[in-house]
Amino acid sequence: MFQTLMNIISLWALPAIIILILTIGLFRKVPLYEVFTDGAKEGFHVAVNIIPYLVAIIVAISMLRASGIIEMTGQALSPILGHFNVPADTIPIMIVRSLSGSAALGVFSDIAHNLGPDAYATKLAAVMVGSSETTFYVLAVYFGAVGISKLRYALIAGLLADFIGIVAAIAVCNLMF
Amino acid sequence: MHSQYNVCKSPECYNLNMNYIFYFLIVISIIAGAINGRLQEVVNSILTGAELSVKVAFSLIGIMAFWLGMMKIAEKSGLIAIIARIIKPVTKKLFNEVPEDSPAVGDIAMNFSANALGLANAATPIGIKAMKELQKINVDKKSASNAMCMLLAMNTAGFQLIPATVIAVLIGIGYKNPTEIIAPTLLVTSITFLSAITLAKIFEKFWKPQKGDE
Repeated sequence: MFQTLMNIISLWALPAIIILILTIGLFRKVPLYEVFTDGAKEGFHVAVNIIPYLVAIIVAISMLRASGIIEMTGQALSPILGHFNVPADTIPIMIVRSLSGSAALGVFSDIAHNLGPDAYATKLAAVMVGSSETTFYVLAVYFGAVGISKLRYALIAGLLADFIGIVAAIAVCNLMF
Repeated sequence: MHSQYNVCKSPECYNLNMNYIFYFLIVISIIAGAINGRLQEVVNSILTGAELSVKVAFSLIGIMAFWLGMMKIAEKSGLIAIIARIIKPVTKKLFNEVPEDSPAVGDIAMNFSANALGLANAATPIGIKAMKELQKINVDKKSASNAMCMLLAMNTAGFQLIPATVIAVLIGIGYKNPTEIIAPTLLVTSITFLSAITLAKIFEKFWKPQKGDE
């Protein structure tokens, strides 16, 4: 019941928003086609403008991932995190999820396929990946689009919140599974 | 000759900015790569990373155009203004520096809703549009205003109601009841989101204001 409801919501969310925007636009006599194309013109410009910022961040993070430092950090953290009932397999997710969404999803898929549906590691990894967003990617895209390079407290706040999210995921999974 | 990139010697330039993060990410990668005997992989990753960046940006062009077009209709029809009025009590607290009639307020609301519904393809273009509106009223175009930091915190926290991708993977491995993951994930994502906006508010109080702010 809950699952069907959720499926309906995720299927209809986007079409509903589009119908709402277009219908209200038509009702208010907005020249839909002209206004749409006028707004859409900027799309290319915005996307091309963020390339330099994306190259800086994505290249730096690719290098970091290739260097093996994530595995090193994982091994260093593993004895400490073992006390909190954190399986060693899930540690790379904690380190990588702020840096690369596809990497975090990749590690999660590996855990899910290798350890199976009953493993605690699969559940913890699912919660950690499902509750996170790639902080560095969001930073590069959003600030890159407007040319911001002085971050002030933006990154620190984001990373601290990510850390709190990891702690919360460990605590919640310990209680629930 | 006047340079656009002034070498800054005053203490405020030691404020955290992209320069240090960029430097440390790359230098640490090279040193760690050398220690681990993976220097060649590190060098190769420069090319793959650069290619990926362009791929990501190009994949954004079409969907960005679509949502910027849609948002323009929503703006012209007054829909954005209506949404902005509905959520005013919340945005007034979180974005107290943004004028109530700024289009940014409605964009921020749409960005949050799209994120919550898991519509990343719509959320990113709308979020960028909100950033652009915030940049118009920013006093220092190179540095992030309090409102920008708040919008970024809201987005990096990644609040969403249903973790669709994760559920798809769980279904793929034959997980019996994949929806049991929704409740804990929702709890954690809510904690993260509330922490992010609280932290942004706390930092806003104690961080050095932007140039030209006072």
